[in-house]
Amino acid sequence: MVSREYIESVIAKQMRMDGRKFDEYRPITIEYGISSKSAEGSARVKIGDTEVVAGVKLELGTPFSDKPDEGSIMVNVELLPLSSTLFESGPPSIDAIELSRVTDRGIRESNALDFKKLCVKTGEKVWLVFIDIYPINAGGNLFDACNLVTLAALRDAVFPALTAENKVDYSKKTKTKLPLSKLPIACTVWKVHNEFIVDPTIEEELAAHARLSTVFTDDGKICAMQKGGESPLTSEEISTILDLAERKTQELRRHFK
Amino acid sequence: MSKLIVEERQVVIPGDVLAEGMDFLPGKGAFREGDNIISSRLGISNISGRILNVNPLAGRYVPRRDDVVIGYIKDMSYSSWFVDVGYAYEASLSMKDATADFIERGSSLSDYFAIGEIILTRISNVTKEGNIDLTMKAPGLRKLHSGKIIEITASKIPRVVGKQGSMISLIKDKTGCSIFAGQNGRIWIKGASPEAEKLATDAIQLINDKAHTSGLTEKVGVFLEKHTLEMQK
Amino acid sequence: MKYTKRLDGRKFDELRPMKAEVGVVKNAVGSARFQIGKTVAIAAVYGPKDLFPKFLQKPQNALLRCYYNMMAFSGSGERVRPGANRRSKEISMVIEKAFEPVLDLSEFPKAVVDVYIELIQTDAGTRCAGICAASLALADAGFDMKDLVCAVSCGLVGDQVVVDLDKTEEDFEGGAVDIPIAMLPRTGEITLLQLDGEISKDDLKKAIEAGKEACQKIYEIQKAALRAKYAQEVVA
Repeated sequence: MVSREYIESVIAKQMRMDGRKFDEYRPITIEYGISSKSAEGSARVKIGDTEVVAGVKLELGTPFSDKPDEGSIMVNVELLPLSSTLFESGPPSIDAIELSRVTDRGIRESNALDFKKLCVKTGEKVWLVFIDIYPINAGGNLFDACNLVTLAALRDAVFPALTAENKVDYSKKTKTKLPLSKLPIACTVWKVHNEFIVDPTIEEELAAHARLSTVFTDDGKICAMQKGGESPLTSEEISTILDLAERKTQELRRHFK
Repeated sequence: MSKLIVEERQVVIPGDVLAEGMDFLPGKGAFREGDNIISSRLGISNISGRILNVNPLAGRYVPRRDDVVIGYIKDMSYSSWFVDVGYAYEASLSMKDATADFIERGSSLSDYFAIGEIILTRISNVTKEGNIDLTMKAPGLRKLHSGKIIEITASKIPRVVGKQGSMISLIKDKTGCSIFAGQNGRIWIKGASPEAEKLATDAIQLINDKAHTSGLTEKVGVFLEKHTLEMQK
Repeated sequence: MKYTKRLDGRKFDELRPMKAEVGVVKNAVGSARFQIGKTVAIAAVYGPKDLFPKFLQKPQNALLRCYYNMMAFSGSGERVRPGANRRSKEISMVIEKAFEPVLDLSEFPKAVVDVYIELIQTDAGTRCAGICAASLALADAGFDMKDLVCAVSCGLVGDQVVVDLDKTEEDFEGGAVDIPIAMLPRTGEITLLQLDGEISKDDLKKAIEAGKEACQKIYEIQKAALRAKYAQEVVA
């Protein structure tokens, strides 16, 4: 256990505990199809010691009355006690809900998934895309890990077959991919002792005073943001963070090439 | 006919038969079942005459009397502090064992040790129900200021310290850090720079990972030599 | 109904391919992954730690708590609704009982040890894969255990005794009997036994014997996985 004071003293010397630069991610790996027998799409993302898995399940449901020709997505992060002593069993904590909603927003607001193409029969049947995300080892930076693993699982996903009566036949998969047209990528920047760092370890997260997650689309537009932490951020700081986040999301995007 | 099945310093797992026959006796981490001596844990075999032990490779700290440990102050009552020493339950440090000073009734205990502070302390008593008493009344016991704490498997602390303190002296010399190794697996490190502290941390991590191998002092020496040169560059 | 050839081409006493790895969750005290066929389980052990509410505490011993959970996307049909349900609670309980005879937690009175088991992908035999993973995780965590615990399903498909049924066999139209068992490999004692289906006493005995033999094969995989974590370093 390392105290906030210790982390701050290291950061003040322009260093990080593990020797990384402030703007440096730990090694990232993305693996596809980790639950291909069960899920319609699945993936595993590792960022250093942090490991998350995600799976996509497709179900047929009725559309909302105001959007009769649109399907929808549901993003759910469960902070498993298997992955850290910081998490407990029971109903979703506020941290899990925030992670779910920020991850959801990046996909939804960028229109990365064409909801109209998820319509099977207007007013009656549409595809509901469930994305369930689980940390296996929580070692910091779950925000960015959840975003990456969601994109990877969606890219991996295919529609299951439909029977003649428009029922889902989960035992047969089609070759049709989901209508994913964009890759909205998140980068969360953390403010520790008046410096800005990316991809924090758990200790660095606990020492941080503020964070700002920003999701960038392929063409450099911003499609979701979330500020967290107890300290305020000035306009200048936000602008510094945006520049850093934009540069880092461009790097992260290469993992999907 | 008795027969030894394992060799000295071999990795064994729960349920492994260590020896057959009545000439051998089960020691730590082993038990007898019929004619056989069997390992009850993941560890390294140790043959001490007729006694077969299994030294743990993993596992949580179990407090013993007179252990010197590193603890975090978690809470306090009117007359004592509650201290996390890395066991399932918090230990308690009573006022009379904490200081030779006279503490007036009703005065604030956080003037002495505040919540979150770190102490080097000694276990004065352990009951079989898991109640642990601590004392600060022995040479060297004190509050630890700044620096960082790392945690390794408690059973590997003797290897970090080395014979007559040889290993820990080596690390202190090469990194210039002050280091205290608590028997509960917590190690306090304070050096001139974060790099020096990282080097000491990495060296200790190396010992933790390779504790069951031979020639460890040599390996750590080579490791430190290589990296101190890099640091000076 | 006759079942003369297994659907996936295995011999009647043949297990699906297995893989085991120890130390897969860095934050945990002990952890492991166990895969049999397409069923993948991860187990992580935390504790011993403080147990609340206090009335649950055992004066001589730590309490063992297991949590079996299927990830929402791990089922073969629709999404599994998250959270504990009757099935997962019962399985968690029988897994706890499967470990009680071997696990010695007397060094940690009043405390609790938690074992979390997550299924990432399922193709039948999930509680057995969970037990195999949990057994490795508990050993990896350094707890005193009289033996490892090995588990497999055995039973009938049609009229044929088989081991390690997969999902298509469980759903065999000519009927199937699923008998998950857990065994202590050194003594052959059974610590978990459940049965779904209809079977004669003779066939049941045959199935259990076949299951016990299969457990010995699982035991070999488990031992190798535990040694593998340290083997590399011993050579070095």
